[in-house]
Amino acid sequence: MRKFFIRRAIFALLTLWGITFVVFGLSRLGPDPLLIYVRDDSYGISEETLQKLRVKWGLDRPLHIQYLKWIGAVIQGDLGQSIAAQRPVTAIIGDKLPNTLQLAAVAWVLASIPGVILGVLSAVKRATIWDYLARTIALAGQATPAFWLAILMIIVFAVKLGWLPAATKATAVEPFKVQFAHFVMPALVLAFDPWATYLRLTRSSMLEVLDSEFVKLARAKGVSAGVVIWKHAFRNALIQPLTVSALVLASFITGSVFVEAVFAWPGIGRLAVQASLDNDFPVLAGVVLVFGVAYVAMNFLADIAYAFVDPRIRFN
Amino acid sequence: MLVIVVSAVFAPVIAPYEPQKGDLRARHIPPAWLAGGSTAHLLGTDNLGRDMFSRLLYGARISLFVSGVAVTFGLFTGTLTGVVAGYFGGMVDEILMRLVDLWASLPFLLIALIVAISVGPSLGMVMVLLAVSSWSSGSRNIRGEVLSLRTREYVDMARVMNASNVRIIWRHLLPNVMHVVIVITTLRTGALIIAEAGLSFLGVGVPASVPTWGLMIAQGQQFLTTTWWMSIMPGIAILLTVMSFNFLGDWLRDRFDPRLSQLD
Repeated sequence: MRKFFIRRAIFALLTLWGITFVVFGLSRLGPDPLLIYVRDDSYGISEETLQKLRVKWGLDRPLHIQYLKWIGAVIQGDLGQSIAAQRPVTAIIGDKLPNTLQLAAVAWVLASIPGVILGVLSAVKRATIWDYLARTIALAGQATPAFWLAILMIIVFAVKLGWLPAATKATAVEPFKVQFAHFVMPALVLAFDPWATYLRLTRSSMLEVLDSEFVKLARAKGVSAGVVIWKHAFRNALIQPLTVSALVLASFITGSVFVEAVFAWPGIGRLAVQASLDNDFPVLAGVVLVFGVAYVAMNFLADIAYAFVDPRIRFN
Repeated sequence: MLVIVVSAVFAPVIAPYEPQKGDLRARHIPPAWLAGGSTAHLLGTDNLGRDMFSRLLYGARISLFVSGVAVTFGLFTGTLTGVVAGYFGGMVDEILMRLVDLWASLPFLLIALIVAISVGPSLGMVMVLLAVSSWSSGSRNIRGEVLSLRTREYVDMARVMNASNVRIIWRHLLPNVMHVVIVITTLRTGALIIAEAGLSFLGVGVPASVPTWGLMIAQGQQFLTTTWWMSIMPGIAILLTVMSFNFLGDWLRDRFDPRLSQLD
């Protein structure tokens, strides 16, 4: 177990290092690295000033020196200064991150509980109308771009029906009802894809467990259907959906960028899009690193959790 | 799906109007079946009086072309690394699979945002990005398949008969993993179409002068209260295309590998 733990930890660190390497490498891929700080249509800047800017940001130095300086600062928690906002990147991300986390937390609850329950029902009532209905919606979910679904919902619930606010997050001073209303659409859209994932995985692992010997034995002993499903089968079928947290997180990361962009949600996903349009590399790199750390940490925890539950992995 | 592919290929013939040329007198015309719509513009027009139907047809070309090229390159690399990792095993396998893990943990969308500012948006960039993002998922599946194949007797036989590694891989292993490759290709194509649309939607994909589905949705966003079909129509096009690829993929999977379909 210890060996497994150490191995996974080393790999997690290596992955993080790989992410910084890719982020840096990609940013220097273009014809002129100055582009990552200044838009190419920012005309009217003399060549002299451009050269001064290059020196200011250290772009005149060799690549490996640039990388080492950058990574050295990142390790110390210094993500640099935003070009557009002229504020430290850590402060900006610190402002926006809670909004993204709140939205993701609400969406996670909306995705996991109904997803798992419907997955179980879909497996138990296999090949009935309910099974087909749930799976068709899940299939459609995989084929629907989140940003389009968001727009569709805005048209229906905000424009046509006028039930819900179209965008942004309500401020803390507004009544709970208003704040809640602002959460509904973004959270639902963000939850859709992970919900489908939970449903599919729960269904398939539930079907597998329902087919196993110990469930058959329980049935043969005359245990009631409800107890077999929820006590015997469900508890064993839950392992797989629980350990796909990394997968769900990945879909949250991509999803939050789109959802926040459409609903003008003041989180770090929207920050990343804005930074990309502003050619604000320090901010963009900061957001990518935050997401990257979250993903690697989640993967690491999922691996460890999986090993605890399933001894076969520990000793392999 | 055939309908979509055919209409994409023959878009210039089918399309009743030029996709980029607008008629400012015919702006914001709703689709034919709504009040105020006319059969001259089946799916209505956008804010510049451009025919939605024609634009969708041209958009299909971009979507299918970009995702087709990307999936081909991605799967080529994925198959190669998967087969090599599975066949040789040991250190090679370890290194390649760790690389796949690393790749899978990179948030692809954010990587695209970085490239968009350092290189600038272009059609080629989007294709490279999508290709690069899609090789890892295929690689793992194909490796698994090869792992089970390489201990088969006919592979041992080939080795006994002194066949070279290249020959074993090319003649004996590749044909037997082809079904996995085909299934993954079909399923990946759908995902890539969505990814491409997403990049265009955020304005970091293909340049704004090219009519793509994602861009059309983004342009329609300003007119949600009046010309809502501007955003809705391209979305339906994406939905139908992706679903048809997914159905085809599922069907192929069931055909080639009934084991997989028993549970799902």
